[in-house]
Amino acid sequence: MRPERLVVDPTACTAHGMCAELFPEWIQLDDWGYPMIDSGDVPPDLRDHAERAVKMCPALALKLRRGS
Amino acid sequence: MALWYLTRATGGVALVLLTITLVLGIVDVARLSSQRTPRFVVDAVHRTASLFVVLLVAIHVLTAVLDSFAPIRLADAIVPFGGTYRPVWVGLGALSFDLLLALAVTSLLRARIGVRAWRTVHWAAYACWPFAFMHALGTGSDIKPGWMLWLSLACAAAVALAVLARAAASYSAGVAVTGVTAVLAIAGLALALWIPAGPLANGWAKKSGTPSSLLGGKR
Repeated sequence: MRPERLVVDPTACTAHGMCAELFPEWIQLDDWGYPMIDSGDVPPDLRDHAERAVKMCPALALKLRRGS
Repeated sequence: MALWYLTRATGGVALVLLTITLVLGIVDVARLSSQRTPRFVVDAVHRTASLFVVLLVAIHVLTAVLDSFAPIRLADAIVPFGGTYRPVWVGLGALSFDLLLALAVTSLLRARIGVRAWRTVHWAAYACWPFAFMHALGTGSDIKPGWMLWLSLACAAAVALAVLARAAASYSAGVAVTGVTAVLAIAGLALALWIPAGPLANGWAKKSGTPSSLLGGKR
C-alpha cells in the first residue's frame, strides 16, 4: 500500500476537535481548537485510526492523501 | 396476533430511540461534551441510535403489513394518506418514515454529497420527530391505557427541552428563544386540548378512520 498523509482543509475545518479525540497519536489541537497534524506518512498499524478520524469529521475537512 | 403486538412494541421503542437520536443530535450540534462522554461518543451514539430506528421502523412497518387485523398495505407505509385504516394517522407515520429514509440515506452518502447538502436535508429531522409523535398518539392502540401516552409526553418534553437549549445557544439567542417558546407553547396548548377530545375520548377508533368492519371485535 502506498504511504498516505493526513491533511486538513483549513477553510472547511470548524474546530470540532473530534479528530484529536479519535487519533491523539497523530493530531493535537492548538489553543483555538484547530488540529495540528503530524506531517509524516501514517504508519500502517495506525491507518484504522486515521480512517476513523476522517470518517467521523463533522465538517468532512480531514482527508488521507497519497504522499510522495 | 403476535405480529400486531410486535408492531405496537417496535413503534413504541422506535419513538423512544428517535427521541434519543434527536436529543443527541442537538447535543452534538451544540458541541456539548464532558470528560466521560467526549464529542465522538455523542456523535457515535447519535449515528448508531438512528440506524436502530430505521431497523425498528422497518420491523414496525413489515409486521403491520403482514398482520391480518388492520388492512395496511406496504404502499401505505411510504405513500401518505392513501390507506383505508386510520389514513391520516398512518399517513403521518408514512411521512415520518419517508423523512427518516431521506435522513439515513443522505447521512450514509454524506462524504459524496458534501456537508452543505447533507446539512440542508438534515433539518428535516425537526419534522420527522413531530410526525412520528402525532402518528403514535393518533394511531397508537396503547394511548388510552395511559402508559404509551405518558411515554410519548416524556419524549416530547425531552425534545422541547433540547430544542430550547439549542435556541438559547444560537447566535441570535433572543429571537430564537422567543420563537421556539412561542411554537412550543402553541403546540403544548393544542395537545392539551386535543388529547382529551381526541385519542382519549370515546369513539376515537371510529373517528380516526378505522374501517367499520373492524370495530365490532375488540382487540
